[in-house]
Amino acid sequence: MSLILRDATYRYAGVGHPALTDISLEIVPGSVLAVVGANEAGKSTLCLLAAGLAPTTIGGELRGTVEIDGLATIGARPPELAQRCGILFQNAETQLSGTAATVWEEVAFGPRNLSLPLDEVVERTEAALSALGVEELAPRDPGRLSGGQAQLVALAAVLAMRPAYLVLDEPTSQLDPQGTQLVGSALQRLTQESGAGLLVVEHKTDLLASIAEECVVLADGKIVARGSAGDVLADPRLDEWGVEPPSTARIERAARSAGVQEPMLSALATRP
Amino acid sequence: MQPSDARRTPPDFVQPIPTGPYRGLNPTTKLVIAVAEALVAFTVRGWTGPLAVLLVLATTAVAARLGRRLVPFVIATVPLTASILLVNTFLFPGATDVILRIGPFTPTWSGLEAALQATLRVMAFAMSVAVLVLTTRPDELVADLERRGAPRGVTFVIGATVRTIPRVVQRAGEITDAQRARGLDTQGRLWRRVRGVLPLAAPLIFGSLNEVEELTMALEARAFSAAGRRTTLRVFPDGTGQRQLRWAAALLTAALIVLSIAGRLAFLP
Repeated sequence: MSLILRDATYRYAGVGHPALTDISLEIVPGSVLAVVGANEAGKSTLCLLAAGLAPTTIGGELRGTVEIDGLATIGARPPELAQRCGILFQNAETQLSGTAATVWEEVAFGPRNLSLPLDEVVERTEAALSALGVEELAPRDPGRLSGGQAQLVALAAVLAMRPAYLVLDEPTSQLDPQGTQLVGSALQRLTQESGAGLLVVEHKTDLLASIAEECVVLADGKIVARGSAGDVLADPRLDEWGVEPPSTARIERAARSAGVQEPMLSALATRP
Repeated sequence: MQPSDARRTPPDFVQPIPTGPYRGLNPTTKLVIAVAEALVAFTVRGWTGPLAVLLVLATTAVAARLGRRLVPFVIATVPLTASILLVNTFLFPGATDVILRIGPFTPTWSGLEAALQATLRVMAFAMSVAVLVLTTRPDELVADLERRGAPRGVTFVIGATVRTIPRVVQRAGEITDAQRARGLDTQGRLWRRVRGVLPLAAPLIFGSLNEVEELTMALEARAFSAAGRRTTLRVFPDGTGQRQLRWAAALLTAALIVLSIAGRLAFLP
C-alpha cells in the first residue's frame, strides 16, 4: 500500500500550460519524501495533487493516475480522501475552522464530521494532541495562539483524521525559528510514532536534511533530480534549480573553496 | 485521566453547560423566545406590543443579572431612535395636532406618539437581541442547532461569521496601517477619507477571497462534506417544560401576528 503518482500531468482550469508534467512518485508508510524547488516550480500543486484536492475539489485536468492505497483520487469523494491523506498548508490561520471555542474542539472538528461515536472522537482528539505534545493548549482559544502553536494545532487536527499519509506544504514558512523548531521536532516524532508516510515541501533544507530519506527537486513542473536526501541536497546544481543547500553543504563548499583538506572536511561533516 | 473502562467524554471546558436563571435554559429555547419577542414587538399595534415585550425583557434581565451589560446595546440604538424621533415628530404625514411652532418647524402630537411607539419597538428588538447574546454563547447555540439536525453548512456559516468578524476588523486595521505607511491619507475631510479608504477595499476583499479558497480546501481535508450528522459533544438540558415553552411562544406569536393583521387587536392601546 502506498501513495502513488504515475505519469501525472495536471493543468489548472482555464490555464493553457500544465503546472505539473509527468510526475511519478511513491510514498510508502513510515517514509519521508522531501520536495524542493524554486518558487512557482509546482510544489504546492504537487501537494494538492497528492492529497487528492486537485482536481476533485479545485477542478482542473489530470492525466495519469494518483492513487492513495489503491483508491484513485479522480472520482473519489473528498471525505474518503481526507481519511487516507491529510494535508497541512503554509498558513495556519486559514486551516483552522474558525468555529471552535477551544483547541480541543478544533482538533475534534474532523472526527466529528465523520459522525464517529463520541468515545472515538474523544480518543482520537486526545491522541492527536498527545502525539504533538500540545495537550496544554487544549483549553486555549485557537485564534489566540502563536504561529508555531497554531501550526501544531492545525497538524493535530489533520492527525485526528488518522490518515496513512501526510502532505505538508511548507509547514514552517511563516514561522520564526522557535516555531520552526517546534514543528520540526513534531515531524520527527510523527514519523517514528504514527507510521504515516510524509511528503514534505520545504525551502528550509536543513529541516529536510534531518527528517527525509528521499528527496526530489522540482523545476518548471518537472522532476529534475531524485535520490537519497543526502545525495540530492548535496548536489552542486541546487543553486541552479533555485534551492538553497543545507548549511552543512554550504559550509563544506566554502571550506573546499578555502582549501581545507579532505580529512578536515570529513571531520566537519561528522560533527554533531 | 479517566479510567480506561469509563465512557470517554470531552473535557469539562468543552461546551460547558451554563447555569443560572434564564442562562440555564436550552440555547434553542432562548433563540425561540428572542425571535418571538422581536416579532411581537413589531407586529402588535400601538403601545401594547412593545411595552409588553419590554416588560418581559426587563424581568428576564433582572433574573439573569444582566444589568449594566445592556447599556452598550441601548447606546447602539441611539442614532436610529434619535432619527426616528426627529423625523416622525416633525414630519409625520397628515398630522394637524401641532404641539408648538418653532419657526418653520411644527412638531405634532400624532407624530410624537408614532415616534415614541417606533422607538419602543426598536428598543424591544435591540433588547431581545441583547438578552439572547448576553445569555447564550454562539457556539452553544450552534451546537444545539446542529444536534437538532440543522444543515452543517448553515451552522458553520453562523459559527464562522461570529468568530470571523473580529478577524476581518483586525485585518482591515492591518491593511490600513500598511497603506498609511505608504503615504495614504485616511484622515481629515470626509472626501479625503473616502479616497483613502477605497484602496483598502481591494486587498481586504481579495485577501479574504484567497483565505476562503484555502479554508475550503482545509475543510474538505477534514471531511466537512461528509454525509450524516456531526457527532454531538455535549447535550444541553432540554426537558418537557422547555419544549412546551417553545411551542407556546411560537403559537402565541403566530396567533398575535394573524390577529394583528386581521385588525382584531384594534382594541389594544
